Amino acid sequence: MSKKKVSSRRKFLLTSLRAAGLAGIGALVWSSMLEESTANSLILRPPGALPEEDFLKTCIKCGLCVSACPYDTLKLAAPGDHKPMGTPFFDARDIPCYMCTDIPCVPVCPTGALDEQSVTTDGELDINLSRMGVAVIDTSACVAFWGIQCDACHRACPLIDEAIVIEYDKNERTGKHAFLTPVVVNDVCTGCGMCEHACITEKAAITIIPRDVVLGHAGSHYVKGWDKKDEARLKDATGATTQTELSKESAIDSLNDDSELY
Amino acid sequence: MRYLISRRVTQITVMALYIAAHVWGLKILEGNLSSSVLLGTVPLSDPYAVLQMFVAGSVITTDVLIGAAIIALFYGVVGGRMFCSWVCPINMVTDAANWLRRKLGISHVQKRVYMSRNLRLWILALSLILSFAMGLTAFELVSPISMLHRGLVFGMGFGFSAILIIFFFDLFVHENGWCGYVCPLGGFYSLIGKFSLIRVSHNVDNCTECMKCKVVCPEKEVLHMVAKHSATVTMGECTNCARCIEVCDDDALNFSIRNFLDKK
Repeated sequence: MSKKKVSSRRKFLLTSLRAAGLAGIGALVWSSMLEESTANSLILRPPGALPEEDFLKTCIKCGLCVSACPYDTLKLAAPGDHKPMGTPFFDARDIPCYMCTDIPCVPVCPTGALDEQSVTTDGELDINLSRMGVAVIDTSACVAFWGIQCDACHRACPLIDEAIVIEYDKNERTGKHAFLTPVVVNDVCTGCGMCEHACITEKAAITIIPRDVVLGHAGSHYVKGWDKKDEARLKDATGATTQTELSKESAIDSLNDDSELY
Repeated sequence: MRYLISRRVTQITVMALYIAAHVWGLKILEGNLSSSVLLGTVPLSDPYAVLQMFVAGSVITTDVLIGAAIIALFYGVVGGRMFCSWVCPINMVTDAANWLRRKLGISHVQKRVYMSRNLRLWILALSLILSFAMGLTAFELVSPISMLHRGLVFGMGFGFSAILIIFFFDLFVHENGWCGYVCPLGGFYSLIGKFSLIRVSHNVDNCTECMKCKVVCPEKEVLHMVAKHSATVTMGECTNCARCIEVCDDDALNFSIRNFLDKK
């Protein structure tokens, strides 16, 4: 095979094409790796963490929050944890957040990925403002819903009778006993996980799940009746008032008009 | 040997201080190489990580900005690309791989695989583009360097597999493959360290042209003047590892302070 002489223009164009192609391969492989590594949405973050999307770009993965945690609750995700590598998380069933009043993990964050302002009222740190997740009860596995008296989660809750309340009901199955069942108040629950840690069932019947995964949002189409406060929620609701023009045709004609049928 | 020993001592001391801070609460150097606090007050941050955060759209706090500036200024003005050979723990992995490669003579039986030294700069650029496009710190989330230094302090997980990949890559695929061609952090520091003061200088009068320095140098292109003329190594790719100084039996290579006035 004879080597053809390649003009410098052709050489430049081919080299550029090759570079662009290689960069394209790199970008595709790399971005799919990143996509995969950030796919897990069931991660519990330390108190005061920014929303996950901002957290991922702001956390520098230094582990200062992990070192500051006196209970070894926080861990840095290592390869194999199936979480964005190097970011702090905790497993509530293993070690929950013990809600230190001085929140040592938050002020040490150098990047603000753990936002001190979000856990501060009137210039003082308040761990009860943290929203690490929300407790969700599996009522079919929770033995209190079977009629067995257990209030382990309620007792473990640092906001007892505020974040977890006990509701009473009669047990129709036996006809002579009461149900004392735990109910989570979503607005108050901090997601510390002490309930999940305390739960007596083999696999916890109460679990902390990130709030944006599990909580809904009613929107402005519905309002609670007989609740003046709830109407205030609609104050800022926006929406266009639509007006449908009245048909100029006679009402009787609409019965004979079959144009919409076909 | 003294430079090799001091490099190992520095590398191990830095990691030991991090581990001591995390495990025993000895607050000299807390955190890890991504970001740390020196003596409980001075912030130190990886400027490349901070750059990725900035490009991804994060609000950069003064703490990490100061931390990144301190590190960037130190390497930019004083050390050059010293991070790579004096601090980075991956250096011990790749040094081991390359030592074994020389001992086994793998380079003699292996067909040359061509890779451009500029690959790392392409990867560096790509990391910034991806950080911008995806709103993530693209390299930090996959960096085997971080896996190692973070893992040593906070737990390895399966991080060892990434370290093994680098070891075998350097051993079997390409001489100095990771540090000399692929690693974007090395590329970043070679750009930052271009004008630093600490430099290796070559004195051609003492040179006997044994070329041991070129064999041992992980960035051979920086020693282009050896046996040709006396000059200071000015390329940013030089990691100031001093391996060339140590193998030179003729005192033809030594550390010096760069003299900008002396040029030409």
